[in-house]
Amino acid sequence: MADQLAIGSRRGLRPALPLLLPAYLWLTVAIFLPLSAMAFFSFMTDLPLAGKEWTFTLGNYAAFFSQSLYSTLLFASLRLGLEVTLWCVVIGYPAAYVLAKVLKGRSREAIFLLVILPFWSNGLVRIFSWAMVLREGGILDTALNAVLPFKINIDLMYSYPAVIIGLVHSYVPYMVLTCYLTLQAIDDSLIEAGRSLGASRRQVLWRVIIPLSMPGLIAGAALIFVPVVGSFMEPRILGGRTGTFYGTVIEDQFVAVFNWPLGAALSFILLAVVLIILALAAPVLRRAG
Amino acid sequence: MAGVQVANVSRSFGAHKALDDVSIDFADGGFYALLGPSGSGKTTLLRQIAGFDFPDSGRIAIGGESVERVPVEKRRIGMVFQNYALFPNMSVADNVAFGLSVRGEPKATIAMEVQRALDLVQLGKLGARKPHQLSGGQRQRVALARAIVTKPRVLLLDEPLGALDKALRVDMQIELKRIQREIGITTIFVTHDQEEALTMSDRIGILRDGRLVQEGPPEEIYDRPQSEFAATFLGDANIFRGDATGSGIKLPDGTTIAASTGASVPAGAKASCAVRPERIQISTGAAKPDPANANTLKGQVSKRIFAGNNSTYFVDRDGQTLKVIVQNTGAERLAEGEPVVLSWSPDSTVLIAAA
Ligand SMILES: Nc1ncnc2c1ncn2[C@@H]1O[C@H](COP(=O)(O)OP(=O)(O)O)[C@@H](O)[C@H]1O
Ligand SMILES: [Mg+2]
Repeated sequence: MADQLAIGSRRGLRPALPLLLPAYLWLTVAIFLPLSAMAFFSFMTDLPLAGKEWTFTLGNYAAFFSQSLYSTLLFASLRLGLEVTLWCVVIGYPAAYVLAKVLKGRSREAIFLLVILPFWSNGLVRIFSWAMVLREGGILDTALNAVLPFKINIDLMYSYPAVIIGLVHSYVPYMVLTCYLTLQAIDDSLIEAGRSLGASRRQVLWRVIIPLSMPGLIAGAALIFVPVVGSFMEPRILGGRTGTFYGTVIEDQFVAVFNWPLGAALSFILLAVVLIILALAAPVLRRAG
Repeated sequence: MAGVQVANVSRSFGAHKALDDVSIDFADGGFYALLGPSGSGKTTLLRQIAGFDFPDSGRIAIGGESVERVPVEKRRIGMVFQNYALFPNMSVADNVAFGLSVRGEPKATIAMEVQRALDLVQLGKLGARKPHQLSGGQRQRVALARAIVTKPRVLLLDEPLGALDKALRVDMQIELKRIQREIGITTIFVTHDQEEALTMSDRIGILRDGRLVQEGPPEEIYDRPQSEFAATFLGDANIFRGDATGSGIKLPDGTTIAASTGASVPAGAKASCAVRPERIQISTGAAKPDPANANTLKGQVSKRIFAGNNSTYFVDRDGQTLKVIVQNTGAERLAEGEPVVLSWSPDSTVLIAAA
């Protein structure tokens, strides 16, 4: 029986090849080629455009280590990624729990739509709407002063909290979706079994539900942490002068300074650091799950 | 350990009455089967006792203590779910340890109690496995060990053997009964399998459409069913309908059937009689029926099913098909189409008032 299955699956691969081919071709064209080009750039002294002279160099990578600015910014970006991810867990997990285990039928669909909505709106529109809400004399300021008996000045615009708010808003749907999927798969009878064994709601949450939803939390965290560390749009628009992060520096190299080789090198260092962090976190997280 | 009292409990879902004024007294240390067809409210009743759901009206007490306001985790019950509901991320031992560990018992006590519980269900060596590495029967045992390790006052089981195949189910019935005797725990066992209810329990409650139809020891319900439903749901029965005569019933064609057990129904009222297939004697016209068999009917064998130790005869009589079970004593077998005489004693005939 087992032999037959093994043969069956080996045979099964060959007919699948024509089906897999387009996907691999696409991956090659869309990811592998541009990425190799970038890797190539990162070892060049200058862009080979307009007949400029160039040679191979390690200087772009050396720049990262010779100027402390880059590593400082990288740490700031990693911290930003960590904070945004944590806020996404704090906000997204309870929302996913309510969606998966409390709401039923139409109200679930309605709330689900509200969660997904930011996904469907354009990123820039989203960020500029936040700018309108957060600035002095903006919607939040006006609304609070209309309700509160005393005068307060709310000007979150061009601050670190504004960057956090914008990023959390953009990325929290990932956390809600991944956690919703794992929570949905947890049978209600497991929760009831826990309670019948003497566990309070809180104990069931910590000992049964959270461990079982670990895969969703991890997937969500990875989906959020990685792009947030490299983010530049939200920091630039909502952070203003305080919004200089590793991602904005990379963006500068490509769109302002036109030092593509340095930008590429900084990107690959970021990629390496993120991969190392994920690799280090994997065994710990796997044990927790 | 403690008994459970359910008094006048009703529970509706929308317009649907899942439980309708149910009262049962579950005796301390007894093994009680709740039997009924699918949708009759068995699970709903169990969930009221466990505290997962709350009655619209009525009272529930465990060990004399009213539990209406007591949440599940404080009721000190053990529950075994139909799908086992083992925690997939924990080992077998951790599953069993869960109830003790949330109570904050010391580690050494937990380890000892878990081992004892696993030994009791004969899984002493499998503590390190994960639930997905076990067979269905083994998972069932883990679920049982997990439910009893906390020494609950009541053990609630919702069709626990439903997912097992026949042979394994019989093994587990014996096993479950042994464990229940050993620890003497009050047990409420939900099943839709009448044979399981008959063989395992001290008392049976039959539910139908949310109402308790009849309640009592298996022998009593089998021998003196109070409704056609109870007669046919618990075991097989031949049902005759007619008008009560005071000592039995008169069928529409004028034949009288004498009954000396069951309800007393005033003469003239509608009533029925139930007779178990194994209580009927079947013979060809030549043989003399037992003189005690005051009830006789003539019919014709339409079908015979041979099952080794016994044979079931289907006998046509005036548009009705009657069932007769005869032990295989090596005597001559009757052929299909043969005219026969059926006879049985009034003592084996239960009079039932029409619903
Ligand atoms: N949570 C619920 N919501 C709506 N109807 C329910 C709910 N639980 C049970 N019911 C209904 O109550 C009736 C009894 O169900 P149940 O107790 O599960 O029956 P059983 O366990 O005897 O098969 C069924 O008709 C079922 O559809
Ligand atoms: Mg049920």
